[in-house]
Amino acid sequence: MDIRFDGLSLTLRGRSILQNVSGHLQRGKVTAILGANGAGKSSLLSCLAGLRTPDSGMIFLNDQPLTSMPSQVRARQIGLLPQQADIHWEINVRALVALGRLAHQGRWGKSAADDAAIVKAMKQTDCLQFADRKALRLSGGEQARVLLARVLAGEPDWVLADEPLANLDPAHQMDAVSCLKNVARGGAGVVLVLHDLTQAARIADHVIIMKAGRIQAAGTCAQVLTHDQLAEAFGVTVHIDSDAQGAPIITPIRRA
Amino acid sequence: MKLNFGLGTALLIVMLASLMAGRTWVPIDAWLSGDLRSMIVMELRLPRACLGALVGASLGMAGAAMQGYLRNPLADPGLFGISSSAALGAVTSLYFGYAVSAILLPIFALIGAGLGMTALALLAGRSGSLILFTLAGIILASLTGSLTSLLISLAPTPFAASEIVTWLMGALMDRSWDDVKLALPLMAIGMAMLLAVGRNLDALTLGEATARSLGVNMTRLQWVIVLGIGLCVGSSVAVAGIIGFVGLVVPHLVRPLVGHQPSALLVPSALAGALLIVLADCFVRILPSTSELRLGIAMAVLGAPFFMYLLFKMRREVA
Repeated sequence: MDIRFDGLSLTLRGRSILQNVSGHLQRGKVTAILGANGAGKSSLLSCLAGLRTPDSGMIFLNDQPLTSMPSQVRARQIGLLPQQADIHWEINVRALVALGRLAHQGRWGKSAADDAAIVKAMKQTDCLQFADRKALRLSGGEQARVLLARVLAGEPDWVLADEPLANLDPAHQMDAVSCLKNVARGGAGVVLVLHDLTQAARIADHVIIMKAGRIQAAGTCAQVLTHDQLAEAFGVTVHIDSDAQGAPIITPIRRA
Repeated sequence: MKLNFGLGTALLIVMLASLMAGRTWVPIDAWLSGDLRSMIVMELRLPRACLGALVGASLGMAGAAMQGYLRNPLADPGLFGISSSAALGAVTSLYFGYAVSAILLPIFALIGAGLGMTALALLAGRSGSLILFTLAGIILASLTGSLTSLLISLAPTPFAASEIVTWLMGALMDRSWDDVKLALPLMAIGMAMLLAVGRNLDALTLGEATARSLGVNMTRLQWVIVLGIGLCVGSSVAVAGIIGFVGLVVPHLVRPLVGHQPSALLVPSALAGALLIVLADCFVRILPSTSELRLGIAMAVLGAPFFMYLLFKMRREVA
């Protein structure tokens, strides 16, 4: 019950995006992928989601090659939350969240199980109160929660999210973090591309730091989120501290 | 469901009314009387009403599917050169005089539509980019339009030229059951294909990356859309010439009634399109003009202001 990727390389328009990237992701854990802009985080995530086929290397989902998996089967197991929120029609929130069930539905539409999953996902993300409003009329933060609910409604084994906290205010960032933690506790694998180092340190069980298309370091927070590693990855000096409860605080101080 | 039922009932009523209306008024009791009036109803007006409903349904659904696929409420098979590709095919057959055989014109029109859709797909590439697709459509529309003009100007006889020009305007007059028999299966296949990908269009509401992560195969979807719209629009043009704006106006009016969901829009758009065409065709028939107003022209006269209204509405939203 894991995702293994081995020797992934990807070149786009003559530019090398990923170079020989290998790793191992476990279910029941939150993995954070960190790195500077352009380090290849999002590309790695879309390879893992099966949206991009690497030029070389293999991805295995439960020991099965991802590329040979029918797209419907893959869609039931891997839920992807892309970085950019695209909502093209004025559909209401409930209909939007219901799209997450698409890969589960037969020819004749939604079942009771689908409806239950949709409501549960909206509860988890605190969206139920605007279930009948138009998704496009919501604030950026509310939309982000609705889009996360869409992913959770699919009850995937894996949740892959590209900067899921980017549009959220601090309170809803905390909600989203605890929601994603709960998803991982429920047995799913959660893989997040993050920029906020403190959030990463608090949520992640496992951290991958990328630099220039390669994996610079991977391991637990304590192993990886160190002054040296972060200075190398981002070119900044950080201050690492912890609050009264012992939760880490990582603050960038200046360019190294 | 309620909406479909309502639209279906309205369509039936209007179709029955259209059997009565025309230059000669034929009351219901005369429909099966066996005299000339029943001939008018059974051999002229009934096939015309059926064909009108079919053409309207195909154009309405094709428009809804195209808007869903492109995620653009201004998309219309006519605006993207599909109708004009089909017309170019038909005009080619008229130019060479092939139209002597009734079956050749529609076949040429279908080939034209198919080539047009393929060209559109190839020009736009596999990027799925809206801007590329729209530009490709504009290029295609202007290319096929100018080739059609070329054929008109090179027409061997003035008669051929006038035949082409009249045909291009689009109409349902003088159609028979043969036209219905030709169009029905093709349109049915086209519409079935579009209905089959309705859920994929829903997924596209959240953009291409999300749609793909939900299991949508974009390449397959593009080809089904190309084929389905090609069949719908190609066979419409084959039997009725160019009738524009149905695919633009109808989905737009129906969309708010179905909660804006692309898949829920397909069937009501077909029904409403059928309703609109049958109604408009009744209208051009009873209009007291010396020669019957061409349906294509009537729709364009109605459609252009609507397009302008949409533009103004969008401009307000952008501002």
